[in-house]
Amino acid sequence: MNAGTMSMIIEWLVALLILFGALLSGLSSFGLVRLPDVYLRSHAATKSATLGVLCILTGAFLYFMLFLDQISAKLLLGIVFIFITSPIAGHLNGRAAYRTGVPLWEKSVQDDLKDALKRERDAQS
Amino acid sequence: MAIQILLNLCIALLWMFLNNSASASQFLMGYLIGLIFIGALRRFWPQPFYVQKIWAIVKLLVLFLKELILSSFSVIRQVIRPKLNIRPGIFAYTTNLKTDWEVTLLSCLICLTPGTLTLEVSRDQRTLYIHAMDMDDAEVISQQIKDSFEKAIVEVTR
Repeated sequence: MNAGTMSMIIEWLVALLILFGALLSGLSSFGLVRLPDVYLRSHAATKSATLGVLCILTGAFLYFMLFLDQISAKLLLGIVFIFITSPIAGHLNGRAAYRTGVPLWEKSVQDDLKDALKRERDAQS
Repeated sequence: MAIQILLNLCIALLWMFLNNSASASQFLMGYLIGLIFIGALRRFWPQPFYVQKIWAIVKLLVLFLKELILSSFSVIRQVIRPKLNIRPGIFAYTTNLKTDWEVTLLSCLICLTPGTLTLEVSRDQRTLYIHAMDMDDAEVISQQIKDSFEKAIVEVTR
């Protein structure tokens, strides 16, 4: 395997990573439109969008490293920070929505949290 | 664990002084020698050898990444399916984990697993309220959480 085919393989890898990330982000924003309530939407927003952004950043990192000979530590830090913060953002959105009384979708089947919250509020008052 | 790493660094520094050179390769050499010594003398430490901890952390990271990929595919599959036949719901899950760190890690992991989202951690940190995309497999999910995630987290923190 010579250098030409090697660089072509890497080029394809980077292109596929970025395309895949863009596709995932697009599909998860489609999910934001399509899914019926806040909680299901935040499923789409936390998971697929995170992976999409991670793929795009990884592609950019590989491109900078292999074609421009520049190891960009900021991109790595960005990957780590997004990975840490996005599930917490999803959790806090869901929690705030539930606490302010946003209803679940009408086809939801089970709600254990309602009783627990009610008990807690009774205990406080 | 921290004291073992600190001791290993000290051995590496000592090796560098003994060789009278301050290069990165000498540091690595000294670190490896320190690793061998600490591993050989592990019966004198009250806590386990720290390489095991690092290995557990690596395993937990791989688990995080795998779950993220799996879950985003499952969400995408639900979104692009022509008819939306999901039965969302909230179920309570009792955890055995104790400290703040462990519960935080667990709730982050749950947010990234297929079809689950942590909504609330109860005040005594014993119960997690989880919003599931499909209640049909809530039992399966909670069993899976108990088996794989809690075990991996306990391996790291204890």
